Amino acid sequence: MLRRLRRFRIGTAKQGLASAVARPTRKQENRKTVYPNAFRYYRPATLEEASSILAELGEDAKALAGGQSLIPLMKLRLSAPSSLVDLNFIPGLAYIERRNGSLHLGAMARHADIENSAAASKIPILHDCAAGIADVQVRNRGTIGGSVAEADPSGDWGAVLLTLDTEVHTIGPNGARTIALPDFITDAYTSVLAPGELVNEITVKAPPKSSGGSFVAFKRCAPVYASASAAVGVTLGDRDTCKDARIILGCVGLTSIRAAEAEAALRGQKLTPKAIEAAAEAAMAAADPQADMRGSAGYKRVLVRALVKRAIDIAARRARGEHVEASHEYAGRI
Amino acid sequence: MWRPVTNMREGFNRVPIEVRVNGKLYERTVEPRMLLVELIREELDLTGTHVGCDTTYCGACTVLMNGAAVKSCTMFAFQAHNAEISTVEGLAHGDELHPIQKAFADNHGLQCGYCTPGFLMSTVQLLSRKPHPTEKEIRKAIAGNTCRCTGYQNILKAIRAAANATAGSAVPR
Repeated sequence: MLRRLRRFRIGTAKQGLASAVARPTRKQENRKTVYPNAFRYYRPATLEEASSILAELGEDAKALAGGQSLIPLMKLRLSAPSSLVDLNFIPGLAYIERRNGSLHLGAMARHADIENSAAASKIPILHDCAAGIADVQVRNRGTIGGSVAEADPSGDWGAVLLTLDTEVHTIGPNGARTIALPDFITDAYTSVLAPGELVNEITVKAPPKSSGGSFVAFKRCAPVYASASAAVGVTLGDRDTCKDARIILGCVGLTSIRAAEAEAALRGQKLTPKAIEAAAEAAMAAADPQADMRGSAGYKRVLVRALVKRAIDIAARRARGEHVEASHEYAGRI
Repeated sequence: MWRPVTNMREGFNRVPIEVRVNGKLYERTVEPRMLLVELIREELDLTGTHVGCDTTYCGACTVLMNGAAVKSCTMFAFQAHNAEISTVEGLAHGDELHPIQKAFADNHGLQCGYCTPGFLMSTVQLLSRKPHPTEKEIRKAIAGNTCRCTGYQNILKAIRAAANATAGSAVPR
């Protein structure tokens, strides 16, 4: 009976009925249940090899990192690459190490690896982000390199890493290069990566003393993209004044938006509720959201104001040495 | 563990994989586009792992890969090459339910049961890493699983009971 039901699951009810009567072979059944378009599979042993295969195959080929965005797109056939070059069997790409005042993240470091890494958690904003992306299962697969390379405006890493001095290291047909993150992402889903060029490391400079950062994203439930997010980094100077600030807004534009006027509203000021309010107002004005199923543009602007306020408060408390837990917010989390 | 592939320039139309599922080694040659959940259900006939939403949302297809919970509808079968997969079939010993399964049964942690294999596997990952989880850790651990009967209170109750039942003892992965 179960087996018959399984046949009904595939295709329309009418097709299901027909196939139940015709008793198709298992092979025919399988062909119907496979969703992505057929593709050719490559399993290179090194990143250089992966890069040269991708360069040779051209734009039709795609690299497979964690696959948590690419595979759903392929199942919906919104993406139908002719070949996949699998980066998952390349050894030595998932490291998370602190060296010479910087944190070095291998491109294949998974969100869960970063969430559980003591070295990464020394920069609390990285933990805020890594511990709240989608859900446990997705964090176990998704990679920071894949997320940065995809340049999804609703992705979380872009906004977070822009509050820090972040460099993207790549390997391509023309050798290795290092690109500052603000120059790396140029548009929605668009980076400066050349055909065949792959991210191999993300390097984050440890923030100076008396600095704090925080990332607060709001989403409707765990597995979905955030409706809006705010990533904030502050450095405090004498007498608790704000020496420097970075305020980045996620999900409310074609790329992450740096809210320069909001930063200016904090610089040189004491972080009083009034100053924070002014910065939040300026951030709200900088947001450029689109209405979609996650909410209207107006709603998202109001959300941005609230998230920025919360993120500045947490970042400032952390800069003063307080331990504060923060991450994505959604219903059901307590 | 890793073996170089000889016909690199041509790539594969069919991929040979070796995968250990619930302790048993399987060798198969699969089409690259075969999803892991299809390998498990259709090739290996382990139909305890369910396909719910098929869009990386609901978590009914959750299995463990090398001890980590993953959504098997959002992985290709070839990605499980050389990996250890645990599915819900691997939990019970014969007629004796796994303590987590028993806790779900005792606490009415399931109604229609469709999402249950996924919740069970997410709970296995949680308790194998955090034998004494806080309420927050429990909720976070199952945030990627959806119960459309909305029986979440009893699921939470079941996981708390399972944590008490398994505390200190090894939780099989």
